Amino acid sequence: MKKTREFSKPPVVLSYATIAGPKEGEGPLASYFDKVINNLYYYEDTWEKAEQKMLLEVAELALKKASVNKEEVDFFLAGDLLNQIISANFVARNLGIPFLGLYSACATFYEGLVLGAMLIAGGFAKKVLVGVSSHYATSERQYRNPTEQGVQKTPTAQWTVTGAVAVLLGEGEGKIKIPRITVGKAVDYGLADPSDMGGAMVPAAFDTLLSHFKETGLDYDYYDLLATGDLASFGHQLLVRLLKEQGISFGSKLTDCGIMIYHPEQQVNAGGSGAACSALVTAGYVFNQLSQGKITKFLGLGTGALLSQVTTQQGMTIPAIAHAVSFESY
Amino acid sequence: MVLDKNQYQKTVEKIKPKPPAVKNGILAFLMGGFVCFLGEILFHVLTGFGIPEKESYTYVSIIFVLIAAILTGVGIYDDLVRIFGAGLIVPITGFANSMVSPALEHKQEGLVLGVGAKLFTVAGPVIIYGLISSLIVAILLRGLGKL
Repeated sequence: MKKTREFSKPPVVLSYATIAGPKEGEGPLASYFDKVINNLYYYEDTWEKAEQKMLLEVAELALKKASVNKEEVDFFLAGDLLNQIISANFVARNLGIPFLGLYSACATFYEGLVLGAMLIAGGFAKKVLVGVSSHYATSERQYRNPTEQGVQKTPTAQWTVTGAVAVLLGEGEGKIKIPRITVGKAVDYGLADPSDMGGAMVPAAFDTLLSHFKETGLDYDYYDLLATGDLASFGHQLLVRLLKEQGISFGSKLTDCGIMIYHPEQQVNAGGSGAACSALVTAGYVFNQLSQGKITKFLGLGTGALLSQVTTQQGMTIPAIAHAVSFESY
Repeated sequence: MVLDKNQYQKTVEKIKPKPPAVKNGILAFLMGGFVCFLGEILFHVLTGFGIPEKESYTYVSIIFVLIAAILTGVGIYDDLVRIFGAGLIVPITGFANSMVSPALEHKQEGLVLGVGAKLFTVAGPVIIYGLISSLIVAILLRGLGKL
């Protein structure tokens, strides 16, 4: 059962747009985002509406940057973290592009890229718009506690990234290509602590990462940069340790978007998480580096903890998933 | 290469960073003590105004609840709890925070199904199990002939 697909005619990134929240706008990658909002409400009366507004705005901005009309886009693939993926669904209503809603928790962006690339490479679409969003306050209230409730979090807890990202994929010529993808398996290693999602997701990232190299036959030093989605500091440390036990070391080339998006002193415990975490780092920072030729080969691994508040309260363990997408510029 | 599940769980438990219990304990102790100290001062001020002792205790609680509610409303209380932990969760101020925060959070869903229905989501279990345990203690004391 092969999980990797290599494309003879790699799909390309036509355009991308990013909006980040206030805290992310104070982070080390702030200058790479198209826009930073200064308030979690973003001039709306609810956080849910603010999240939808961000997603709609990046979707329209990505189309504008590529000078593409909505009518020219074959499919809109989008998802978010909220119940019934309402952010994506409500934005799809406004966009009016044929729509497929996605959910892979924080790996949703990479799930969208995997599917979008396959739709284009398979000849089923010429242009696919991939969108994703997450919002600190909407996630916090759904998965955890009221935002103003006083809680002392553990060192492994993570901070949900506020932001939205849209990427327009297409065929033909483009600076950034997607030569191959690896679809992850949902795995469960029996961890049940909802404030340690990094630990729960590491086995998924490990499995997808090693499968990617095994199935493609690429050397471990092939990529200039590899980044997991949101394992954060503890998860990243675990992954490096597991790889070391297998005799594999990527050194400083292997990093994590959840670590990159915030400064350590921003009081985010282990780091960032959320669907927009890997999306903002990939489409903000990494695409910039690829466009400028600072790196030419990147492997991103979106990681998702597939839990809900109900499964947590019922004491069930946390399944996790990781999808890999490689981006290369020539 | 498949990871061993038990081995993995052991590794996670072994290297997982633990909350700084001693530091958290000291900060909680100092802040908890400081809240009690303020309560004591307030109590003496109130009795100084000629308010009877029994009523003064009630006023102290009411004033603390008000302060905590305001601090929650302006978004400071959760930041303080992040630092002082149980020192601000255990006093009656923590109870106020656990009522005000869901009320603020759910006002977007309306006054009935939002604020009304969600007001006790955090404080509810405290009240229920507080009542049950006080009932058990009362029965035990009555059995021992102390009540």
